[in-house]
Amino acid sequence: MAEEKQVMDVHKGPSPVISPGYTFGTITDQISSVVLTRQTPVFWLAIFSVAVTLLLVFLGAITLLLARGVGIWGIQMPVAWGFAITNFVWWIGIGHAGTLISAILLLLNQTWRNSINRFAEAMTLFAVACAGLFPLLHMGRPWLFYWMLPYPNTMGLMPQFRSPLVWDVFAVTTYALVSLVFWYLGLLPDLATLRDRTKNRFGRAVYGVMAMGWRGASRHWNIYETASLLLAGLATPLVLSVHTVVSFDFTIAIVPGWHSTFFPPYFVAGAIYSGFAMVLVLAIPLRRVYGLEGLITQRHLDNAAKIMLATGLIVAYAYIMETFMAWYSGSTYEMSIMWQRMTGPYAGAYWALILCNVVLLQSLWFKKVRSNTLLLFLVSLVVLIGMWLERFVIIVSSLAQDFLQSSWRTFSPTLWDWATYFGTIGLFLFLFFLFIRLLPMISIFEVRMLVPEARVEEEASK
Amino acid sequence: MNEKPKFDLERLRAILAGKRGREYWRSLEDLAGSPEFEEVLHREFPRQASEWPAEDAAGRRHFLKMMGASLGLAGLAACTRQPTEHIVPYVRQPEGLIPGRPQFYATAHTVGGLATGLLVESHQGRPTKAEGNPEHPASLGACDAFSQASVLQLYDPDRSQALRYNGEIRSWGAFETEIRKAMALQRASGGAGLRILTGAVTSPTLGDQMQQLLSELPRAKWHRWEPAGDHAARAGAMLAFGQPLNVYYDLRNADVVVALDSDLLASGPASLRYARQFAERRRTVSGQPGMNRLYVLEPMPTPTGATADHRLPARAADIEPFTVHLAAAVGVQIGNAGTVEHPEWQKWLPALADDLRAHRGRSLVVAGDQQPPAVHALAHAINQALGNVGSTVFYSDPVEVDPVDHLASIKELAADLDTGSVKLLLILGCNPVYTAPADLNLRERIQRAQFRVHLGLYDDETAEVCQWQLPESHYLEAWGDARAFDGTASIIQPLILPLYRSRSIYEVVGLLEATPRLEGRDIVRSYWNRQRPGADFERFWRRAVHDGVVPGTALPTRTAEVRYGWSGTPPERGGFEIIFRPDPAVHDGSFANLGWLQELPKPVTKLTWDNAAVMSPATANVLRVENGRMVELDHRGRKVRAPVFIQPGHADGCVTVHLGYGRKRGGRVAAGAGFDAYALRTSGALWNDFGLNVRDTGGSYELATTQGQHVLDARRTIIRHADINSYLADPESAIQDTAPPRELFMYPEVKYEGYAWGMAIDMSVCTGCSACVVACQAENNIPVVGKDQTARGRAMHWIRIDTYYQGSLANPELFHQPMLCQHCETAPCELVCPVAATAHSSEGLNDMVYNRCVGTRYCSNNCPYKVRRFNFLQYSDQTTPSLKLLRNPDVTVRTRGVMEKCTYCVQRIQQAKIQAEKENRKVRDGDIQTACQAACPTEAIVFGDINDPNSRVARLKNEQRNYGVLADLNTRPRTTYLATLKNPNPAIEAT
Amino acid sequence: MAQIFHHSTNTIARITVIVPLIVLVFLGWIFFELDRSVYATRASDVREQPVPFSHAHHVGGLGVDCLYCHTTVETSPFAGIPPTKTCMNCHQQIWATSPQLEPVRESFRTGRSIEWTRVHDLPDFVYFDHSIHVNKGVGCETCHGRVDQMPLTWQHASLQMSWCLECHRQPEKYVRPREHIYTMGYEPPEDQLELGRRLVAEYQIRDARALTNCSTCHR
Repeated sequence: MAEEKQVMDVHKGPSPVISPGYTFGTITDQISSVVLTRQTPVFWLAIFSVAVTLLLVFLGAITLLLARGVGIWGIQMPVAWGFAITNFVWWIGIGHAGTLISAILLLLNQTWRNSINRFAEAMTLFAVACAGLFPLLHMGRPWLFYWMLPYPNTMGLMPQFRSPLVWDVFAVTTYALVSLVFWYLGLLPDLATLRDRTKNRFGRAVYGVMAMGWRGASRHWNIYETASLLLAGLATPLVLSVHTVVSFDFTIAIVPGWHSTFFPPYFVAGAIYSGFAMVLVLAIPLRRVYGLEGLITQRHLDNAAKIMLATGLIVAYAYIMETFMAWYSGSTYEMSIMWQRMTGPYAGAYWALILCNVVLLQSLWFKKVRSNTLLLFLVSLVVLIGMWLERFVIIVSSLAQDFLQSSWRTFSPTLWDWATYFGTIGLFLFLFFLFIRLLPMISIFEVRMLVPEARVEEEASK
Repeated sequence: MNEKPKFDLERLRAILAGKRGREYWRSLEDLAGSPEFEEVLHREFPRQASEWPAEDAAGRRHFLKMMGASLGLAGLAACTRQPTEHIVPYVRQPEGLIPGRPQFYATAHTVGGLATGLLVESHQGRPTKAEGNPEHPASLGACDAFSQASVLQLYDPDRSQALRYNGEIRSWGAFETEIRKAMALQRASGGAGLRILTGAVTSPTLGDQMQQLLSELPRAKWHRWEPAGDHAARAGAMLAFGQPLNVYYDLRNADVVVALDSDLLASGPASLRYARQFAERRRTVSGQPGMNRLYVLEPMPTPTGATADHRLPARAADIEPFTVHLAAAVGVQIGNAGTVEHPEWQKWLPALADDLRAHRGRSLVVAGDQQPPAVHALAHAINQALGNVGSTVFYSDPVEVDPVDHLASIKELAADLDTGSVKLLLILGCNPVYTAPADLNLRERIQRAQFRVHLGLYDDETAEVCQWQLPESHYLEAWGDARAFDGTASIIQPLILPLYRSRSIYEVVGLLEATPRLEGRDIVRSYWNRQRPGADFERFWRRAVHDGVVPGTALPTRTAEVRYGWSGTPPERGGFEIIFRPDPAVHDGSFANLGWLQELPKPVTKLTWDNAAVMSPATANVLRVENGRMVELDHRGRKVRAPVFIQPGHADGCVTVHLGYGRKRGGRVAAGAGFDAYALRTSGALWNDFGLNVRDTGGSYELATTQGQHVLDARRTIIRHADINSYLADPESAIQDTAPPRELFMYPEVKYEGYAWGMAIDMSVCTGCSACVVACQAENNIPVVGKDQTARGRAMHWIRIDTYYQGSLANPELFHQPMLCQHCETAPCELVCPVAATAHSSEGLNDMVYNRCVGTRYCSNNCPYKVRRFNFLQYSDQTTPSLKLLRNPDVTVRTRGVMEKCTYCVQRIQQAKIQAEKENRKVRDGDIQTACQAACPTEAIVFGDINDPNSRVARLKNEQRNYGVLADLNTRPRTTYLATLKNPNPAIEAT
Repeated sequence: MAQIFHHSTNTIARITVIVPLIVLVFLGWIFFELDRSVYATRASDVREQPVPFSHAHHVGGLGVDCLYCHTTVETSPFAGIPPTKTCMNCHQQIWATSPQLEPVRESFRTGRSIEWTRVHDLPDFVYFDHSIHVNKGVGCETCHGRVDQMPLTWQHASLQMSWCLECHRQPEKYVRPREHIYTMGYEPPEDQLELGRRLVAEYQIRDARALTNCSTCHR
């Protein structure tokens, strides 16, 4: 212990990522115990049952959807895209934080990421899963989804590659695949750990198979390091590309309120913004319940909060530019759309999103707020809501009152719109809570790298 | 009317509450039998649009199939395999019939007894579509919404399908024996107890039959009741000339037209003809002057009013005083007209009078059928004073057989029923229990006749109180004849054998004759044979049937002198005025069960599936009610509850209600639609009356309109308009072109060699009558979606009439704009479709491939005109057998989840092209007529090849006033519009 | 600590990585083939008919002209299935008592139509017009095959969209002189492309762009 302190003093760096006192052993024990413990915490059971209920609602909703058609939703002419696409964009956005943390921060050697990247990646995966469902479900004839893929068919036809929806298909599937592989690769060493620590044979067998014979040999580590670096490199552009492509769905269209060139950065920023909000919303309760404050420290929350603040400000800037451009364009339609957003039938939603995404966010300037986990949690929740509203307003208000006054009509969601939306939240929680129960939610071996011993060795080896 | 359904739903929910799983399903199935369930079901989702299939077995199978499909198997082997189908050739093929090619037969459709000539398209014996008959004076090739929808009526599954006695099915034989007995008794007494009630009859044959019968049975009586007939016009003629004369007009010679509460361009037996003539004088091709001028005074905005150069809202009762002043002003000797208080009138009358006097012999004053006799008499006087008779106004003997005062006639019947002198009552082809004045209370009275027979298309309100309900043959199923507005007779030729065991009115009257005649064809033919005896009859007959008009049957014009000295009876004023009008969509209620018409957005109001208490914004203010508020209309003690609809441009202080709704036994489509305005209509005041009290009940009711009332945003290039003089002076500045210059286009220009299809729509002559909407629906198998879906904004019409307002709420200027797929050359919809289901053709068509569509709806989002329509649910009815016969085999029937839109009737284009290419020639201009174009009475819609400089459409597109809607988006629409030109009177404009 | 897995697991592991890939590719291939198989297209599957009518006998044997029965092929989208009357023209004399022909005679007596089973059946959203094809130099044989050699009729081509497009994309490869429209066993000359181009010009057949418009077949 004593030398440890000295080392710390000798090594002047930022305040430690994880609170002092951890050893390799304690870390491994604490994290793996969450999975290997016999009794399941009440908190877990409570949330999980909620998740299952919502999941059932979701299944009911899509069964009816497939039986009757998208007519069960509130969409109509002219608002032919409603909740489905809103949710799609929202979920995809949330996913981004995970990839950012795991890939970009890895490349940037941000060691603090090590204790949050695992569940952030999981979050990404499940968010993308939820997102991916909507483009399929919102189709009039979902059973023909594969017509969007280029494959040799008897019709002698190909998809129409000028359509952003086709780009979406590729962007999202690539993203899902890379995230999955990256995540699983990172799991290998820890799966091995669990394999070696589980008492019951079944568990051992399962973790054993999943660990793919990881023995921690230096050769393994070598390959692992290279692979994860490569994947990180591969994933990094995706962080930017995916939401850029998603934003094309709107910018390519001539609809006033959609048709603008700054959507890509605007959407990417918004994505990371909402993503980190979700990270916090998940991290704060988890560290509390599982007593992981030592591993997911104030520093993590603080950094996440700062990133939120930064991206949030970009989004705010985008709002301003959006309004400015509408005026600057001199286009009747653009101006009328902005005016309608602020004063028309969706004014409520618009000002609500401004409040959530811009006004309340400013509180993060204060260290007091950033260090108060409860407040931070609430702010993050608010941001999630705000970002959903943003997508809703962009999509619906633009469609509701575009060019021809004669066809203006406001959109009102039906019961089934809500059921499908909350249903996917159920799906997300369901998957996520299975994950934290069955897999280490924090990367054991990566956190171990943060322990002073690790560094000592490094220095010794120099 | 609005509570009841709610209650039903409540009940259903109650029954279903607490049921779970299988039990729930079972109880649903049990329920399915119960009447109120059916009722609710079919109000919410009418027959043609059942949202229900998902619930029944087929639906579940469908669902399973889809689940299987969504596993990724669809489109692969299992599903592309064609099911085995059969071909059923003729045994002996009819002559001249080419399987796979439609044939056209001339016939005629009657509304209120008066005929409109039609050419009906038949596919291997199935009538599918009605077009106008160019040879027929009342059609001139155009076709109104009623005639279009009459084809749907033929296949209406709710038609009365079997002869019933007290509700039990009987054979015609049974009825024949009964009626013979009854007639035998009557013959003994000279027909003292025999009463026959029909609608207005112009059929020479039927008239002849009736006169025969009455001569045999001198004491029998033939009563007439036409709920929306031109009673007042006839009375007016009596007043003016002392004899019932038929009046009709020629608008070709009219420079100035004054319509006094008359919708002559869009309703009435000759409206198609008048609209055509009006348009001929309205159109200013390459700016040649000579445009006519139209003044309209009316309470409720009509297509005619919307087209007018000057429109003045006025209560129905104010028309008479105005006319008196006008008459005085143009120099008719009618004593002292008194002084004019109304400020607007002070402005109008002198200007109007000058304009009329300046156009002696070339002007026209028309009084509306719903105006009191005095106004008609005054109009006659004015026209005579202006020397218009013989140039714009013509008189002839009445077209109706043995013209009687319908009101007196029905009253007399009511009285006789009270005395019990009526033994045998035959109600043929009309529905008096529903349509007769409320105070006559025929529902009770009719039941005082011992032997009651009703012949009708539907088992309706009247059938309910008659022992015998005889199914009537539809006009497409039976022989007959009828006269048009000017007396021209047409032979009504059937296109198909009766679908059910039904008979025509001719055959039923034939039963009553001493020697019963049963064959409709013989009855009609023998009559005409007596008119045209001789060897050449066969030729005459074939020709008459083939052409659809009997040559030389137009009634000779008459001259008549107006006798003065009558006086109108000013109604005692007090309270609000109630105004009754036939509904533009369902007329007097006889079309109430036709989904096409129920869902047709009514001209101006855009209301569907309901009638309403229509009032002006100011009046609504006074009453403190908003749209959809339920009010109680209390007219001299008679009460109904009705939803409020606020219509800018409606006259203040009056409420317009439309007839034909609130049917009790109208069929499943009509069920629950609107309220019954007949309940307020008494013999004292058939069309308008004061003494209406409006009480706010606090309840509200959802009215399904297809668009809001939008004030025109001048900055958007949607409507372009100018007045004729400034346009002729300087066309360029009057109508600017907003399309960006082509040089600015980044991409290489696409060349269209060969054909380049395009359309031009002249908004100066479009009256917004909406005939095109129904024509399109009939041609393209467009489903009816029901009120619920329409209210959600999911109506499927491929062409709609957009209406915009400009100016004051009290009296705005209205603009109609038919809006359909613009077939943009740079179509925004095309590049966003992920599967290329909508793509550009080499002829500039924006093709829509239903079977490729996966339903992302992105194309619709990106369509600035919002003309694309999506099958959010399974809308097209694929279960009702009779409706399958109605389908146009040349157009795909779309299923759920597929986008659709106007195709410029590509099936007709292909047909014409194939024909032309077989003859190695180009398609000639006019070979192709889109359905909307064919129906349009004013020829406002013109379609053709814009690459051919001599085509009509190309010439129209060269007009300066030709512009593209939203052309500033560089969509390069192939459908362009000719700006509205108006010809206002400077004298009125000035102030 | 004890071994959880036997040594062989390594191999199994490797296999489990490889095999799914192979299976996937294989399935893809299966679907690809199935989609084009005669099972899916129903090509060359002989349909049961109420009367075992033999084109081989009537066309091949007796040399009855196509137009004798399919009268409307040049004038209508629908080639036309002969009314019973047409059959009886001959069969009142020939085979007037053959039991096989009883359904025909019965139909003629009762006036009830014969229900033939459809052999060439396009989906309802495809609008094929015989008359234009026949008029523009597409022979019966090109789509229907050697009908004169079919004892019972079967579908010759796949009738799949890609098959239609083959010709619509380059008609010159298939068109033949008008006088050979109804010829069976017509041998295209070596210079078919040469001839084809000439005929395309002569018959004023529109270019591939126009022939492949969606609305050419779908309405």
